[in-house]
Amino acid sequence: MGVRIVKLPDVGEGVAEAEIVEWHVKVGDLVQEDQTLAAVMTDKATIEIPSPYAGTVLALGAEVGSVVAVGGELVRVEVAGAADETPAKPRPQATRVAGPEPAPAKPSASQNDRPDSDDEEVAAEPPPPAQRKEASSAPGLRRRGPPRAEGEKPLASPAVRKRARDAGVDLRQVHGTGPAGRIGHDDLEAFLRAGTGAGRGGRSASNAVETIKVIGLRRRIARKMAESKRRVAHFSYVEEIDVTALEELRAALNAEKAEPRPRLTVLPFLMRALVRAVEEFPQMNALYDDEGETITRYGGVHIGIATQTDSGLLVPVVRHAEALGLWECAAEVQRLAEATRDGSATREELSGSTITITSLGALGGIVTTPVVNRPEVAIVGVNRQAVRPVWQNGQFVPRTMMNLSSSFDHRVVDGYDAARFIQRIRQFLEAPATIFIED
Amino acid sequence: MDDINAKLLIVGGGPGGYVAAIRASQLGLDVVLAERQALGGTCLNVGCIPSKALIHAADAYGHAMEQAREAPFGLKVEKPSLDFARTIEWKDGIVGRLTGGVSSLLKRGNVKIVRGHASMLDGKTCRIETDTGPQTVHAEHVVLATGSEAVSLPGIPFGDRVISSTEALALPEIPKRLAVVGAGYIGLELGIAYAKFGSQVTVIEAQDRILPLYDAELVRPVAARLKALGIEVLAGARALGLSDGGDSLMIEQPGAPPRAIAADRYLIAVGRRPRVSGFGLERLDLTMKGSAVAIDERCATSMRNVWAIGDLTGEPMLAHRAMAQGAMVAEIIAGQRRAFDKVAIASVCFTDPEIVSVGLSPDEARAAGHELASGAFPLRANGRAMTLRAEEGFVRVIARADNHVVLGIAAVGAGVSELASAFSLALEMGARLEDIAGTIHAHPTLGEAFHEASLKALGEALHI
Repeated sequence: MGVRIVKLPDVGEGVAEAEIVEWHVKVGDLVQEDQTLAAVMTDKATIEIPSPYAGTVLALGAEVGSVVAVGGELVRVEVAGAADETPAKPRPQATRVAGPEPAPAKPSASQNDRPDSDDEEVAAEPPPPAQRKEASSAPGLRRRGPPRAEGEKPLASPAVRKRARDAGVDLRQVHGTGPAGRIGHDDLEAFLRAGTGAGRGGRSASNAVETIKVIGLRRRIARKMAESKRRVAHFSYVEEIDVTALEELRAALNAEKAEPRPRLTVLPFLMRALVRAVEEFPQMNALYDDEGETITRYGGVHIGIATQTDSGLLVPVVRHAEALGLWECAAEVQRLAEATRDGSATREELSGSTITITSLGALGGIVTTPVVNRPEVAIVGVNRQAVRPVWQNGQFVPRTMMNLSSSFDHRVVDGYDAARFIQRIRQFLEAPATIFIED
Repeated sequence: MDDINAKLLIVGGGPGGYVAAIRASQLGLDVVLAERQALGGTCLNVGCIPSKALIHAADAYGHAMEQAREAPFGLKVEKPSLDFARTIEWKDGIVGRLTGGVSSLLKRGNVKIVRGHASMLDGKTCRIETDTGPQTVHAEHVVLATGSEAVSLPGIPFGDRVISSTEALALPEIPKRLAVVGAGYIGLELGIAYAKFGSQVTVIEAQDRILPLYDAELVRPVAARLKALGIEVLAGARALGLSDGGDSLMIEQPGAPPRAIAADRYLIAVGRRPRVSGFGLERLDLTMKGSAVAIDERCATSMRNVWAIGDLTGEPMLAHRAMAQGAMVAEIIAGQRRAFDKVAIASVCFTDPEIVSVGLSPDEARAAGHELASGAFPLRANGRAMTLRAEEGFVRVIARADNHVVLGIAAVGAGVSELASAFSLALEMGARLEDIAGTIHAHPTLGEAFHEASLKALGEALHI
């Protein structure tokens, strides 16, 4: 019998430690190889740690809630037919993010880890999680979200950076499979190939940009509209939405919400509905350069969220909402709102929106006439919800109603299109399940 | 004269401006370059290049004197002497060849060079006072690349015995006594050169140590060398002004009464500031950042289609930064998507020994919240350094402890400036310690110290 120490493996680029959020085993348990030992949470993801050995759990290295450094002792396992392992002196060990070969960096250390002959064990030993996570078939690992921590610079050679710029790719959106998360040419190619992105929950960031020269009728309309009103020729459109079903769904989701998921407001639903509606109405997710007389349409939906702060109105931007799920939208709005209010939001987080949502919450009023966030062309305003009697099937029924007040730049958006756009959003919000049904 | 219409006007023909002009012409743009003095700017005419020429001559003379004195490896030299006028002439010859080279490169690219004092009338119009009268240029894009100028000290105006680095590079004779105010890289490079030429050199620095912008560990070998060369360093000293007769400099050190430093020349090397006046910048009313023109990551100023590059945009005031910015701006104007996304800009100090630093210092890296793995390798243990009789100094590598991505590389030692390329390449490529450790470094070279420092950071050093 020998004792094996299971260390916290490298769980991702730049992650030095992780919090134990759940133990799946306790002292005395018999564990099988590959059985989940614990769930650990980094600032990026929750990851399940499988056991590399079969044996009996002798000791747990930490309690739930405590933070363990990468390489720190997680579990001691008694293994049949092997010699004791001498706990190696901890030393800086390089992150192995996605090395194709399963062998650990240090041959000496790897020999210690293995009960039997090297060759057999290389084949039999499950690769540590850090190496599995980039593999497309990684089963036990849940990894979603952005490729790296907010504010961390992507690691890439100058040639890769130049190629990305030429292709209009923001490297911050690209996952790197090289050592330490370095982005290589192949990563960039994979990103470009993916386009609408298979693999990551069906959503991925789109960086498609379409430039349409403003000519002919559109140009004449634009000039005429600009003459009639200085700069933006606003028009507003208000529609009443029956949010009864949406509110039921929201309440149900919030009732069963588990930490660390944020509480859902209407906003993330509206954001997802907006993303879906923009697919059909790309002209709404655009910037209008009235000097250059060009409209630039964006594949990425970067939603500005009008946010009241002590120093006044700011518009932090949820980038690539098309790549975010409901909870991610909610979390990002919450994070940005906090950062904006406490003044820690970066300039980048406060610029670059392509369409804006404004919501005054409980102060939402019945109708607002929001001002377009120039050079965008559309802004969607959320008004107060109220239970009102609605005539349905020959009788009044109480329904939760809410108005959407939106404004558009009439120079480049026609009233008919704006109305259809808002009607599409209304359809999504009134039957919220349709938001999540993919074509 | 008829007005000139061009796609691009560049104001200033220094390293930033001329590189922008060459790159823009390669991309098919028609370019006008305005330069009031000599092509090549501060760098080629009164900065990097001429100072390196003088430093080389001073080193050679210093070595000759050393052979005459000690003959450490048996080379017998009798009474070396220096014809300083010839030294200056040789230096001017190098400058002439380089500026001539810039001129022919620009001509080959069909860049229209207008010589004269430029003054911006608005963001698209410039008036250049040439020898044959005023010339108006209309341009769709303007790149401002006016560079920087030496800062003088209040009460110690330049003139007569008080000189800037420009004059120090063209003195008629070697001063017997030279006082240098400012122990930054310019003051020390020139101070050391003149000490080797035979001047009695005193260095006056307001802060408490020399080269305050480099960390203390890197500076130590330079401080030791200053001492060996007989250079007196007065740290924490304030230059108050010239004495009544103007023949000595009054300085004050804490806890001591003011005293006079007598010298034949007073070199004021307390820094450089962006050149923001004299070319109509005020008419553009650009957003400023301190004393420099504010730019974004594309070198765009607050005015559409007006760009600024180089020293005009503030620190770090380095020719190689200006050149990279210049090439980038030309590409942006030609319609390419570019941003200044460099990981690091090397700074090199041609003192004796030389200092090179790329990326973050250990303090900066820790301040950025990184746990560090670091390794330093002394040149004393490097074979090539021994054969060069240059064993002072070391190479130091710092990396993130968690993933070993290299954050900063620095070296001090004779000839280490040539390692800057390898250091910068490692940082731009996002190298980890293992990448450097896994690269064969030729033997016997100083570069092996870079390899060994990386191995040491991994705990695997072989030769120490």
